[in-house]
Amino acid sequence: MTAPLLDVRNLTVTFAGTHSTVTAVDDVSFHIAPGETLGLVGESGSGKSVTAFAILRLLQSPGRVTGGQIFFEGRDLLSLPERDMRQVRGARISLIFQEPMTALNPVMRVGDQIGEALTVHGMASRAEARQRAVELLDAVHIPNAGERVRDYAHQLSGGMRQRVMIAIALACRPALVIADEPTTALDVTIQAQVLDLLRELRATFNLALLLITHDFGVIAEMADRVAVMNKGSLVEQGPVRQVLRAPAHDYTRGLLAAVPGRDRNWDQTPFAPGTSDRR
Amino acid sequence: MTPLLDVRGLVKHFVRKRGLFQPPSIVKAVDDVSFAIHEGEMFGLVGESGSGKSTTGRCILRLIEPTAGEVLFRGENVLAFPRERMRLARRDMQIVFQDPYSSLNPRMRAGDIVEEPLVIHGLGARAERRQRVAELFEMVGLEPDHLQRYPHQFSGGQRQRIGIARALALSPALVIADEAVSALDVSIQAQVVRLMLELRERLKLTYLFIAHDLRLVEHICGRVAVMYLGRIVEMGDTSALFANPAHPYTRALLSAVPALDPDTPRDRVVLDPRSFNPDAPLRAVGAAHVAAV
Repeated sequence: MTAPLLDVRNLTVTFAGTHSTVTAVDDVSFHIAPGETLGLVGESGSGKSVTAFAILRLLQSPGRVTGGQIFFEGRDLLSLPERDMRQVRGARISLIFQEPMTALNPVMRVGDQIGEALTVHGMASRAEARQRAVELLDAVHIPNAGERVRDYAHQLSGGMRQRVMIAIALACRPALVIADEPTTALDVTIQAQVLDLLRELRATFNLALLLITHDFGVIAEMADRVAVMNKGSLVEQGPVRQVLRAPAHDYTRGLLAAVPGRDRNWDQTPFAPGTSDRR
Repeated sequence: MTPLLDVRGLVKHFVRKRGLFQPPSIVKAVDDVSFAIHEGEMFGLVGESGSGKSTTGRCILRLIEPTAGEVLFRGENVLAFPRERMRLARRDMQIVFQDPYSSLNPRMRAGDIVEEPLVIHGLGARAERRQRVAELFEMVGLEPDHLQRYPHQFSGGQRQRIGIARALALSPALVIADEAVSALDVSIQAQVVRLMLELRERLKLTYLFIAHDLRLVEHICGRVAVMYLGRIVEMGDTSALFANPAHPYTRALLSAVPALDPDTPRDRVVLDPRSFNPDAPLRAVGAAHVAAV
């Protein structure tokens, strides 16, 4: 087995409130090999996005990592000085968000935003960055890339904006991309195009992908392995076929039973405990 | 038999003003849409953002005034109803919106939110209304002690139950569910959909189910219409339409839905807008199945 690119061991994140402390991520361990895609699934509030932010050390107070280690390319990210962490963030590990309109800068040309990723990390001069921006827009299949670099985010459609986000994420040739619900806000035909693009780029650049989603269809299309999260804990992880076809944990079974299209008697299947909205 | 709802040639144009010396442009949000729903049916209206499916739903209730067409409810054109008559007609036609976070008044208690339609329509004395609200809470699976809570104290699924209870307060015959479960987690979505199916049996409801989730629609709707750029491009029995999509847009749409098994071969159909005539009328392509090809 090759050494994992990312190795998360016993990660615990807590949010301290005035009256109580919430454990958002509870003793979570997983790893991702170079070029591998791990799908992290769970419902809202399960802690999957908090896990991603913890890896990048972007947790907002009062959220705090209170236990565990995060090894990336052999170094424990949690003990890196902030200076070194900045060289990892965006350059070796980059992030794609759900909502490209809020993640992109509305008053900066998209080409400059892509170039910024390079100049900030000292990987290109401004002139080179401009050239690379065109190449990257071309790589994510934006037509007329040479002209589109001068556009602002509001001039682009939702699918195009997500392509720009992907171009920014890839600018520094990262080894790992964390994609947090990258297609959730998109129409299904646009989602299909973005997933096709991610699959193509993953092969071209040998990217590892931590794909966070609540959509088992996206998991089935993209993931090599799956980890299922519920209330801060990983309840199951394994190869995608095994987890989808023969889920071992009750929660996974309940979640899969709720997905329309898997079972003919979908409207009669009982759900697993813990998935009810009636408190 | 007269359909419960018969939409004929519905048109909604939005006029967009441009510059001072430029002629205004017209957006044809709904462009000659016709369909009929029979009592007890769950009719799916699907399409991507901007297809006009929500505008269609809102035009039926006259929340947006349509530009042209007829909306026959039990044989009567509600678009010709004067104000007071329309107010009465709305008791029979209710809507549940997508976003349970923004469609409930945050300053009202859940009990009052559900009671409000009864107050507005002047139905029943206070005690009777309270009794009715308690029944509705029970019917949608909310607890009596939820009556005094505010919307922010509920989860998304529970909020959608409040929205449904409110829609049912006036005992409507038709419920328009406009992406009513789209924002919910999958397990919660399944429970709310089941509740809607249960209530259909129990209260003899008819649904217009507006959604973009094709898999969900395939499972719960008997018939379905596919909208694209303001028009219905295909309509028919759900099983026939999903098994043999006839319109290039429907084919592209269905092929874009991710398969739930990793080994299902991906057979992506990309829509070529030149591959069909956008003005083609609907014609029969099978039994109870029409397409604009």
